[in-house]
Amino acid sequence: MVSQATKTQRKEDASLLSGRGRYADDLPVPVGTLYAHVIRSPHAHAGIVRIDARRALAHDGVWTVLTGEDVRKLSDPFLAAVKTPVQQWSLAVERVRYVGEPVALVVAESRYVAEDAAELVEIEYAPLPAVIDPVAACAKSAPLLHPQAGTNEVSLREFRYGDTNAAFSRADRRIAMTTTFPRLSFTPIECYVVVAQHNAAENSYDVTANFQGPFSMHPVMARALRVPGPKLRLRIPPDSGGSFGIKLSVFPYIVLMALAAKITGRPVKWVEDRIEHLVAASSGPNRVTQIEAAVTNDGRVLALRLDQLEDYGAFLRAPMPGPLYRMQGAVTGAYDIANVDVINRAVLTNKMPASLIRGFGGPQLYLALERLMHQIAVELDLDPLEVIRRNLVPAQKFPYRAAAGALYDSGDYMRAVAIATGGGRLDELKRRRAAARVQGRRYGIGFAAIVEPAMSNMGYLSTLMSQEAREKAGPKSGAVSMATVNIDPLGAVTVTADVTVQGQSHETVLAEIVANALGLRPDDVEVTLEMDTAKDQWSIAAGTYSSRFASGTAVAAHMAAAQMREKLKAIAAKQLNVLPDDVELAGGKIRSRSNPDNALPFGRVAATSHWSPVLLPESMAPALSETAAWTPPELEPPSHDDRINTSLTYGFVFDMCGVEIDPVSYQVRVDRYVSMHDAGRILNATIADGQIRGSFAQGVAAALYEEFTYDEEGAFLTGTFADYLVPTVSEIPEVEILHYESPSPLTPLGAKGLAEGNCMSTPACIANAIADALGVADVALPATPRRIHALLERAGEAGER
Amino acid sequence: MRAVKRDQKTRIALTLNGRKLAAEAEPRLLLSDFLRHGLGATGTHVGCEHGVCGACTVLVDGVAVRSCLTLAVQAEGREVRTVESLAAPDGALNPLQAAFRDHHALQCGFCTPGILMSFTDFLARTPHPSEAQIREVLSGHLCRCTGYANIVEAIKEVASSSHAPRSEG
Amino acid sequence: MKPRPFDYVQPDTVDEALALLAEHGDEARILAGGQSLIPMLNLRLIEAAVLIDISRIAELDTIRSDGGVLEVGAAVTQNKLLAWPNLARESALLAAGLPLVGHFQTRNKGTVCGSIAHADPSSELPLLLAMYAGEVVLRAQRGTRAVPAKDFHKDMLTTAREPDELIVAVRFPERPRERVAFREIARRHGDFAIIAVAAAAGANGAVTLGVGGMAGRPVTRAVAAHDAASAADAIGQWAEEIKGYDDLHASAAMRRDMFRKLAANVVAEVAQ
Ligand code: FES
Ligand code: FES
Repeated sequence: MVSQATKTQRKEDASLLSGRGRYADDLPVPVGTLYAHVIRSPHAHAGIVRIDARRALAHDGVWTVLTGEDVRKLSDPFLAAVKTPVQQWSLAVERVRYVGEPVALVVAESRYVAEDAAELVEIEYAPLPAVIDPVAACAKSAPLLHPQAGTNEVSLREFRYGDTNAAFSRADRRIAMTTTFPRLSFTPIECYVVVAQHNAAENSYDVTANFQGPFSMHPVMARALRVPGPKLRLRIPPDSGGSFGIKLSVFPYIVLMALAAKITGRPVKWVEDRIEHLVAASSGPNRVTQIEAAVTNDGRVLALRLDQLEDYGAFLRAPMPGPLYRMQGAVTGAYDIANVDVINRAVLTNKMPASLIRGFGGPQLYLALERLMHQIAVELDLDPLEVIRRNLVPAQKFPYRAAAGALYDSGDYMRAVAIATGGGRLDELKRRRAAARVQGRRYGIGFAAIVEPAMSNMGYLSTLMSQEAREKAGPKSGAVSMATVNIDPLGAVTVTADVTVQGQSHETVLAEIVANALGLRPDDVEVTLEMDTAKDQWSIAAGTYSSRFASGTAVAAHMAAAQMREKLKAIAAKQLNVLPDDVELAGGKIRSRSNPDNALPFGRVAATSHWSPVLLPESMAPALSETAAWTPPELEPPSHDDRINTSLTYGFVFDMCGVEIDPVSYQVRVDRYVSMHDAGRILNATIADGQIRGSFAQGVAAALYEEFTYDEEGAFLTGTFADYLVPTVSEIPEVEILHYESPSPLTPLGAKGLAEGNCMSTPACIANAIADALGVADVALPATPRRIHALLERAGEAGER
Repeated sequence: MRAVKRDQKTRIALTLNGRKLAAEAEPRLLLSDFLRHGLGATGTHVGCEHGVCGACTVLVDGVAVRSCLTLAVQAEGREVRTVESLAAPDGALNPLQAAFRDHHALQCGFCTPGILMSFTDFLARTPHPSEAQIREVLSGHLCRCTGYANIVEAIKEVASSSHAPRSEG
Repeated sequence: MKPRPFDYVQPDTVDEALALLAEHGDEARILAGGQSLIPMLNLRLIEAAVLIDISRIAELDTIRSDGGVLEVGAAVTQNKLLAWPNLARESALLAAGLPLVGHFQTRNKGTVCGSIAHADPSSELPLLLAMYAGEVVLRAQRGTRAVPAKDFHKDMLTTAREPDELIVAVRFPERPRERVAFREIARRHGDFAIIAVAAAAGANGAVTLGVGGMAGRPVTRAVAAHDAASAADAIGQWAEEIKGYDDLHASAAMRRDMFRKLAANVVAEVAQ
């Protein structure tokens, strides 16, 4: 580990280390709370013929059993991003479409009793043929999940950027490949938790849940519950046991438990268990990409064609098909490629619905793009690194407008690659590969160069509509971030912001930013990030996702703190008898810059505003409360020709690794891994490296271990932690993290996102190394021993060595 | 011979973090649920209820075990220790906790209490383990946030210093 | 994921436990460490009308070395056996295999006998018992019998235990001065093995090879190890005979292949 970051002590840690965290299941519940258990479909596809809950209702301690019919009566279907005749509810209505789909809800005095009663509910199903494979699901003869939609391929759009056809006809070669990115989830260790209450007198709901955002889902939930927004008060606890995108998808359960509270007249609590979580919580979408490049003989890519078929499972839930479009503007990755045609297709199959997940569209895109770059090198007999270098966006072209519309704000990719491959690192990898190969061992080197977007444009998803449809729907763009700084009568500073917390150290970073602006120590600043939609500042962009913190909320906090500083300066100037320009905040004091002895304690100035507002400068608003909202102008709506600047900042990641295939176990062992990040200005080095290591571990998991496996009939085969293989410390290799900083000119702090990069780059990098080790093109992920064995068997080499 | 019928609640008395406590429970109640919801010790977490994730690890008579694979009735008369017992009464972190903070060995913190309890037991038995031994014990826990490297560093620091924690107390 | 209701009984003596088994038979389950049983109860995969908790029966929590036999009582945890002072010297293969059973935290509670009773075909303890040609001591009110390993493990999760019988102990003949090797392949550290392979060479040079995860129960065989080629032949032939099986993590062909390589390695390791 080269980068040993300077030590930070996080504000969050003392509580979390002492068992004093406040996670959703730790909070007290109202007296009389009931507990719910979800009955789930054992079938991948079936009609619901009959549900008989009489025996369950007769069981001691059971309050009610909800079915799809109740839900249909009491709520409206969820709004979706793609207009189709498909209706989706919080319980299956008439039909089940995946194993694990919620069919009924038992509400009882305890979870134990609810589970007992669930075994007494009789449900008769009429099985239907299921379709699991996304390509098969597109066939005309495929069973339809939603017959009223007339097709499983519910969204299709074609895009042309530049003149791809001309480039293909002038190219020396065409090189193509197909990649499949698997289904997986980053399964936080804490599962979903919902506690819902209903006030019949006001027909209002009060729900506590470990929801992560985006808060664009709040109107979706309120609409489903048939209430105006303020009648659905949603509270997010101060701590949450990880999310990684997954805790967006608690939203159908928020609605379901709210309905259960309404029916029973009691608070209803539901804690998802691990089995439920694995079978039905959420998954990243699997994707089949056909990608083709027009290349010159020296490896320069002139144009790309992509056909991206993404499998969203049984429903396209809002904000899907986000992963297909989140990377749209940056579809050419780190490369200077002027022409690209893209076909985006979203298909439904009999699997659990896919949704948000760390990386969000990046891993799928880069597996295709980076495997293709490697394959170009193989077919042209060039060095893969050389092919990457020849195509990287050159430093002098920044800010760089990518073919599909992304505005890459800053970077020097060549420099970053040179640093990473230098210092003897690449030579060492090559030495190790040569030595292994001499001994007959299978060793390969892989590379991946990617662009990591952060802070999504709220308008990117409208790219899936035609220009005419967009005009009708009204413009969508931008991304609002908000933060508030308050100061109390004794000068204590508190900060709130529009993020939810799942371990990203937001408290620590916000305290540093605000303390810095006010001349205080981070310990002087309290940050409260539990969220209450009835009382906190929020917009539809609120929440923690798409790496919006560093380029978004952190900026808003910086701005709010600066506003506060200016206000304090003005107040103090009057008391110090100097001009505001001569006032500075430092060391807990507010003083004259030219005469530092002329100073007031920070708290004293604050007190003035509270106790003697009349002493404040004229025309100044009295309260010491400053809120800043920030939305960057660069996040414009899609252009008439579908170009879209999908994100505000674009970082760069370059990875290289050496892997060896174990000749006995067929396990891929990562021997060396180097990861270079340009995330603009690093806000906190310790936390940055922590995020990168976590993301790297998840990238390794996607490359080698984790997959939601279904058989051909749609049975789910990875329903426990014994089958769904989350890596332990023994499976995660070391990673050498390097940094190169090109501050973003588009955000006041210069910071970009960095927590998703390795989820995007690492699967591709490891896949390339495996391809190099085995000399094969067709590397399916996760590259399990079983798959590696099959590859070698096909090559007739399994038994040897 | 103790015998409890399925629907019968029985009084379970144990010592939790040095304090004698008792509450009622049916025989099937898991120790994890009993600690969290019966006795209010919510520092112990639940992540899988089938013995793989390690989040629920507590000490029973000084030995680290999965509380989700233990029945509450089995804890009758035992000394149970949970993460709430580690810091000093004034909140000061013990060396293991402090090392976790110093090495940024936690992010969401959900897996952390179980890991701390495992190593409270292990380091009491093996105060100066090798890195391989540390990794072996840590492999009984799943963490989704950190990628584990900083956890290993934190424990190494404690293992190489003189104040490995003790399991009694 | 909460267990179905059950009656709970905690006998203080073996006799009390046997009386309970005589009364409830099939309806009862023995709870010792619970590391296999409780997950199955939580998942509602199995029924248990009565749970008989033997973990506090003092007479079962003993390890005895007597007349060249190591006897491990039914309440003895895996970590307790691992800490047995003479283990490495008298029973080197046990010392090599036990650390691979589950994790530190599950070994703290999981019992030696419980793992043998559970009879997972790829788990370490049944293989170790087979390698030692050990025996399982079963007691009922009607009498006690000692069943040899090869007769005790019948098939996947199936043993010779009758519903009224309690495993009171298992016996491992001690084998000082044995050269041993124990290797396994698992997807993750601490997981159930895909295959586990053990080899032991006595003072006379005879090599016993054993494998778990290839058949419904662990199997052992003497192999001639004087030269590598004939050992490889014998192993290869054996692999074809036991075939292996298919699951999520490995095909039968892959198991055979892993077995051939791993077995050749462990045989070479102990043969020297
Ligand atoms: S909750 Fe007990 S091991 Fe996961
Ligand atoms: S810190 Fe979040 S799971 Fe370990």
